[in-house]
Amino acid sequence: MKAGIIDYGAGNLRSVANAVHSLGIEPRIVTRGEDFADLTHLILPGVGSFGDSMEELQARSLVDPIREWIAQDRPFFGICVGYQLLFERGEESPGIDGLGIFKGSVGTFPDDGRKIPHMGWNAAQLTEPSDPLWAGIGESPFFYFVHSFFPAPIDKEVIAAETEYEGVRFASAIRRGNLVATQFHPEKSQQAGLRLLKNFLT
Amino acid sequence: MLAKRIIPCLDVTDGRVVKGVNFVDLVDAGDPVECAIAYNEQQADELVFLDITASSDDRATMVDVVRRTAEHCFIPLTVGGGIRSVENMREMLLAGADKVGVNTSAVKEPSLVDAGAKAFGSQCIVVAIDAKREGPGKWGVYTHGGRTPVGLDALEWAKEVWNRGAGEILLTSMDSDGTQAGYDCELTAAISEAVGIPVIASGGAGNLDHMVEVMEKGKADAVLAASIFHFGTHTVGEAKAYFSERGIPVRPVL
Repeated sequence: MKAGIIDYGAGNLRSVANAVHSLGIEPRIVTRGEDFADLTHLILPGVGSFGDSMEELQARSLVDPIREWIAQDRPFFGICVGYQLLFERGEESPGIDGLGIFKGSVGTFPDDGRKIPHMGWNAAQLTEPSDPLWAGIGESPFFYFVHSFFPAPIDKEVIAAETEYEGVRFASAIRRGNLVATQFHPEKSQQAGLRLLKNFLT
Repeated sequence: MLAKRIIPCLDVTDGRVVKGVNFVDLVDAGDPVECAIAYNEQQADELVFLDITASSDDRATMVDVVRRTAEHCFIPLTVGGGIRSVENMREMLLAGADKVGVNTSAVKEPSLVDAGAKAFGSQCIVVAIDAKREGPGKWGVYTHGGRTPVGLDALEWAKEVWNRGAGEILLTSMDSDGTQAGYDCELTAAISEAVGIPVIASGGAGNLDHMVEVMEKGKADAVLAASIFHFGTHTVGEAKAYFSERGIPVRPVL
C-alpha cells in the first residue's frame, strides 16, 4: 500500500500527513501526475476557495491525472474543498469549472441568520452504516466541519452521509466504488476521523 | 445538530505552560505538548495555545510546540499571542496550527484580519477581543491584559472584524477573567447576536453551571476554560456529560 497526498498548495497538507502517519502509514507527498503511477491510494486535501484550488490544480497539470485516476476507480479520498472540486461548478467562484466527476454544483447555506462558517463538531447520519468504510465508527458519528459551501449531488445514490445544520440537510460524504469524499475533516476528527482514514487505506 | 465546543486553553511562555496543569498522570505538567495530549485524550473539542509573553524568541519555540502537538493531537489547534504579520500566521499554520488568533496586532493594524483571511481563508482567523464594561450595555476594547483601553466599542469592533473576514471571535470579559464567578453573559450575548460568526466565550468559568449559562443565556457557540480543567476540578468528559443532561448538544465522549 502506497498512499499519496496531493500537494497543490492547500494549507492543511501537514495535518492530513500527520493523521496518515499516526496510522502507521508513511504517506508520500505528490506534486506531479507522473508521481501517481506507483501509488495505490490518493488523497486530495483542501482548504481555501473552490476557484483558487481549481486554478492551482490546473497550473500544476494535475486535472487530467486526477480524472484518469478516478475513471479507473482507483482508491481516492477528497476532503473538504477536495470534495467540492469533484463537482461541476461552485457558487463561490462563478465561471471556473470543477473536475466534473459528479453532476451538481457547490452552493452555500441560505442567508437567514445562521452563523457562517458552519464550524465545529456535527453528526453524520450514515446512509449505509454497515458499509465497511464506517466500520468501528458507530451509527451517528461526530466529525469536525469548517466550511461555508457544500456540494449538492444530483445523483442521490452517491450520498454516503448527511448532516444537518440549523434546518439545512446536506451531503456530508459521498461514495462511489473506491472513491470517498467528505465535507468534514477526518484528519481533525480524532478517533472517528482516523478510523475512517484507516478504513479507506486498508 | 452542531455541538457546542469545549476548548481548554493553555497559557504558554518560553515553551512552558504557565502555572502548570495539575493532572495526576503527567510526568511534566509544564510541557505544553504533554498537556495538549492529555486534553486530546479527554476528547476536548479543540485546543488553544496562548503565548502570553509573545516575543520573537518565543515564537520560534511555539512553532516547535505546535509542530510536536500536531503530530499527536487530531483536533483543531489555535495559536495566539505574538502573531503580528501574515508571515507569522503562515509559520504557525505550516507547523500544524489550524487557526491563528490575533488581538493587539489586529487593533493596531485592522487590515491584518483582511490579509490573513485572504491568504488562508476566514476559517483560519480568530480575532481575540478583550472587553471591559464601561457602562450599561457598553463595553470597551482593551489590550495588554486589560490594562490599556484602545478607544473602541467592543460591539463595533466585533462587527468590524467580522466584516473584514474573521472566521471566529474569542471573547474575553476582563471583568470576569480570573474571578471564577461566571462568564459575562450579557456581553457574550450582545456580541454573539451582533455578528454572523461563532463566538467563543472566555473568562470567569468557576463551575460547569457557568458554562451552561453562557451557552444558553450568553448564546456562546463554544466555551474556553483554563483553571477549571487544569486543576482537575472537572475533566472535559464530566463537563460534556453535565451539558448533555441539561440538553446542550455536545460531541459525545467515546
